Amino acid sequence: MTVHSFQEHFDSLIDREISIEPKDWMPDDYRKTLIRQISQHAHSEIVGMLPEGNWITRAPSLRRKAVLLAKVQDEAGHGLYLYSAAETLGISRDEMYDQLHSGKAKYSSIFNYPTLTWADMGAIGWLVDGAAIMNQVPLCRASYGPYARAMVRVCKEESFHQRQGFEIMLTLAKGTEIQKKMAQDAFNRWWWPSLMMFGPPDAESPNTAQSVRWRIKRLTNDELRQKFVDVTVEQAKVLGLDMPDKDLKWNEERGHYDFGAIDWEEFKNVVKGNGPCNKQRLETRKQAWEEGKWVRDAAMAHAEKRNARKKEAAKAA
Amino acid sequence: MSNSKYLLDYTLRLADDALILGQRLGEWCGHGPILEHDIALTNTALDHMGRTRSLYQYAAEQFNNMPAEDKTGVFTSIALQNLINTSASLDEDNLAYLRDGWDFKNVLLLEQPNNDWAYTIARSFFYDAFNYFFFAALEKSADESLAAIAEKSLKEATYHLRWSSEWVVRLGDGTEESHTRMQSAVNELWMYTGELFIENETDNALAQQGIGVDLASIKPMWMERITSVFEEANINTPQNSWMQKGGREGRHSEHLGYILTDLQFLQRTYPGMQW
Amino acid sequence: MPAKQQKRTRIVYIIMAQQEITKKSEWPLWEVFIRSKAGLDHKHAGSLHAADAQMAIENARDVYTRRMEGVSIWVVESKNIHASDPSEANSLYDPANDKIYRHPTFYNLPDEVKYM
Repeated sequence: MTVHSFQEHFDSLIDREISIEPKDWMPDDYRKTLIRQISQHAHSEIVGMLPEGNWITRAPSLRRKAVLLAKVQDEAGHGLYLYSAAETLGISRDEMYDQLHSGKAKYSSIFNYPTLTWADMGAIGWLVDGAAIMNQVPLCRASYGPYARAMVRVCKEESFHQRQGFEIMLTLAKGTEIQKKMAQDAFNRWWWPSLMMFGPPDAESPNTAQSVRWRIKRLTNDELRQKFVDVTVEQAKVLGLDMPDKDLKWNEERGHYDFGAIDWEEFKNVVKGNGPCNKQRLETRKQAWEEGKWVRDAAMAHAEKRNARKKEAAKAA
Repeated sequence: MSNSKYLLDYTLRLADDALILGQRLGEWCGHGPILEHDIALTNTALDHMGRTRSLYQYAAEQFNNMPAEDKTGVFTSIALQNLINTSASLDEDNLAYLRDGWDFKNVLLLEQPNNDWAYTIARSFFYDAFNYFFFAALEKSADESLAAIAEKSLKEATYHLRWSSEWVVRLGDGTEESHTRMQSAVNELWMYTGELFIENETDNALAQQGIGVDLASIKPMWMERITSVFEEANINTPQNSWMQKGGREGRHSEHLGYILTDLQFLQRTYPGMQW
Repeated sequence: MPAKQQKRTRIVYIIMAQQEITKKSEWPLWEVFIRSKAGLDHKHAGSLHAADAQMAIENARDVYTRRMEGVSIWVVESKNIHASDPSEANSLYDPANDKIYRHPTFYNLPDEVKYM
């Protein structure tokens, strides 16, 4: 086949909603875009362990502590599934880490915000995981097989994450006055960054069309954001919390909620590295990786020694 | 001490061991040397937390069933005393979150800091090996609740021991650096291992009734396991016999205070609330 | 082999092993197959990194069976998996398309014959 006919074949698989698998021919840009998208998602899971992880030792009950541990651990698992999916595209996990640590690769900017009170564990589960799920469910049908399969696993596990977050919020909102205040404060702080998680408006997102065409993005940023606003407003009513947006109102004509302007300047700055915790998060990851090097080397050295001994024993026999 | 107080002391000590190590291992979550073992260590932490809860629930049940006159003076913290004075029944969280250090009976070994992977592995290895033989014995306890908890815990401890033993071998027989780190972790933590086998009044009383474990009988098995793994790992078994103690009596190292500060701060700052 | 020589061989192997490590430090990649319950096939679950096969099985236990997904695990180092070439799919799989007589539904049986 010529490159041209390879391309035609690839296009026809995409059009017929047939999965692309690792050994299939694929255009370079498709491969590159996927690597960027999947590794970015994996990095987000790993960096995302930190803001919640720092509350594990402080969780207010043994049940909450166990749940939080399991949840943060799941995020490590999700990172692992996603790194594995990216590895099928010909990049190693170590290379992806290098890109993260050097600042070349991005991760979701939401994790550059601090977790200040216990209610933040609720708000993250409810809003951040809620937004993530909205993003991820359509990706279970992404065109790249290993990615779609990883997303199926992630979504299956993620469903408890949002629920446990909502349960924390509900307990606080129905608790004492001060607990309700704690919940509202967390809601206020996490709401806008959550909306930013869907990325810049469609008009400023030039790659969306290509990604939608490739079926590695199924809905646009604005579509997903709107969906998220619509469901969250209803959930906030159940909690009895106020929406942190004075411009929010139901638009009969559109059948959706209108919402206030997002501060895209803030978004751009946090992406650029000027968020409250960018430096701290990246440093923590780098430190864990560097301090783990001797451990990883030791395991490898031991495995090699054992192999060598086995060969030697076989030879002697 | 009365019989019920012995059993309570015993249950609490096992719960405290599980909680303090669970808390320490939880600190690793998100900071492990490689994703796969970040996940693995958290699985272990979750096992310890699960056992913590079962044991505190059982301890709370025991306490709540005690006659009122026996309840005074069992715990030192004002927060718990106030709660008891309102004749409220205690739950697992009250026991974990409202006691002060001198009411905690965990061994000193488990409150030692994580330091590095070698320390963490050595600490777990000493304790996992102990748990493996301890729960195998406790499974036969005359106390049904403890026996049931032991049965479940033995399965977990079997895997924990396998996992930590393999890491001891990997680090001990890995690179020069890992060997040095493993050996020094073992050397420094060794003096905390003796306490695992100290028998006090509680142990003696409960061992006689077939409820508690005869610690002297599991010590040689523990020692044999430790030395055989060390041998495979090219690690020298320390010869010093001077051992630290005090945890079982509520006399701790400086580390416990900081653990409790983290653990308990929300319950202390906003008392009496549901979370 | 005399003891002295054996020792030397061992040292040579260790040196070789160490050279290998400095070249490439990343743990190898393994594919994980899990039997979800007794009686079913092992099915591909995903992949992970591990220093050796034993560790790969344990990592698979910790990563892929946290929610009671399995009762048995296989691991295979990814580099040992040999796969068919997708560009040959037509010649490999299409010829089976017209062998419809291999399927039971190809045959018409009288209604009286049950359970066949």
